[in-house]
Amino acid sequence: MANDRWRLSQAYRIPVDRSRHDLRRLAGRVVLRVATHMGRFSYLVLEILRGLVEWRIWVPRTFEQANHVGAGSLFIVLLVAAFAGGVTSLQAGYQFTGGIPVYFAAGVITESIILELGPVLTALILAGRVGARYAAELGTMRVTEQIDALESLGRSPVSHLVIPRVIAGTIMLPVLVIFADLVGILSGWGAARSALDITNYDFVYGARYFFRPFDLWYSLIKSVFFGLAVTVVPCYMGFNTQKGAEGVGRSTTAAVVSSSVLILFLDALLSKVLLE
Amino acid sequence: MIELRDIHKRFGDNIVLDGVDFSVHQGETVALLGPSGVGKSVLIKHINGLIHPDSGDVFVDGLSIPHLGRKELAKLRTRIGYVFQFGALFDSLSVYENIRLGITDLESASDGAFCRRRVEECLDLVNLPLDTAEKYPGDLSGGMRKRVGIARAIAGQPTYLLYDEPTSGLDPVNADIIDALIQKLQGELGVTSVVVSHDVRGSFRVGNRIALLADRKIRLVGTADELRGSQDQAVRQFLERDFGTGVVSD
Repeated sequence: MANDRWRLSQAYRIPVDRSRHDLRRLAGRVVLRVATHMGRFSYLVLEILRGLVEWRIWVPRTFEQANHVGAGSLFIVLLVAAFAGGVTSLQAGYQFTGGIPVYFAAGVITESIILELGPVLTALILAGRVGARYAAELGTMRVTEQIDALESLGRSPVSHLVIPRVIAGTIMLPVLVIFADLVGILSGWGAARSALDITNYDFVYGARYFFRPFDLWYSLIKSVFFGLAVTVVPCYMGFNTQKGAEGVGRSTTAAVVSSSVLILFLDALLSKVLLE
Repeated sequence: MIELRDIHKRFGDNIVLDGVDFSVHQGETVALLGPSGVGKSVLIKHINGLIHPDSGDVFVDGLSIPHLGRKELAKLRTRIGYVFQFGALFDSLSVYENIRLGITDLESASDGAFCRRRVEECLDLVNLPLDTAEKYPGDLSGGMRKRVGIARAIAGQPTYLLYDEPTSGLDPVNADIIDALIQKLQGELGVTSVVVSHDVRGSFRVGNRIALLADRKIRLVGTADELRGSQDQAVRQFLERDFGTGVVSD
């Protein structure tokens, strides 16, 4: 049947409709590409788990990386947290009018910071700052054969380069989130005093009234997952960089976009799983 | 001994190696010649397992590289020094730290005094002043980077040395220095070496035997005289490019 159609099309020079065929090829390519990435990513995760036993290699390098992630990102994280807390208060002041008790606003401000703004904004900042750096560093090392050089010396590039970065990011992100929560709440408190005319007593009362210890745990659990997202994904992208400087640029962009999307996806998933 | 049997390798639609057989005997230096982009680097990366063949087998000291586990392969790699085309030095580390990473025996690597002594020995072997140790790769010239790459490769006292285009991008004077260094290391360390190059003169100087990779296969393996006498069109064409029509000499 198909042969007849082709013969007819040739005989009368009718262009063959290849759109269905092209669509199948495109779908095949996409499936193959996704499967390749999944396979490589799983292999990297497996290598990370295997490499954990080589602690003599990764522990000293982890301190070095933790310093870059923690101290290096502290200023921008605190700045963003301060603005986030302040703006949340100003918007609460705009919305909380009429008969709503003013201490409710304190609860909304502190809970918004602890549950959502602190972890998510900090993670997104680190996705841009640390994730981009990791992808660019490892990508450059890949295209200049430095990763191959490590392998050729009988050393594991994962233990030397990936594990210290992943552990440093996963430990430092919750630490940064604690600071971000603290500064966000303090700045929100300051802004609330002017925007809402709230007393210190009312603010503390409202904050404590709505606070549950689990909220803090939730914030920290989320930030551990976000820490993995902003380190493992960029390390994977950098590690699999190809085609020179252009490839490094592409990996860096892909690392920031993918880890940011993953953060938002994890945020929704963890809210569903942990808060219900 | 290094032996590659019927190696096939392709990247996507691009077939790079199509049934390559190649062997290197203990203590000899084989120069692997071929035009740029023919797959010479791909071929020697099979020897230390940086690339695995699609089919075929690679043996080093009787061990099949594609079938080795992670640990066995890492152990074998400590006996194979690899000199990368552009040095592949770790740019965040000093020259001293780069060469120190080449000391693959973990016990020796943790001994600071031994490492200092070994790094100095290696710098001396590659004719670099000792104060180079404190510099960073970014402070070095192309020729010095190549020599530091060689120093790193020999720091672990390997049995085999693989050189990937050691003289490419260098001026003739520096290229001669590197060629002389390869000969010196073979004489002093007695290592088995494979030198990948497209520089015919340099290959004739350093190689006990020369292999020509063309059209995805090893076209010819032999001594310099055997290559000069070859009537194979591809061999003659390649040699004449460097030596001029019909005149092939040292």
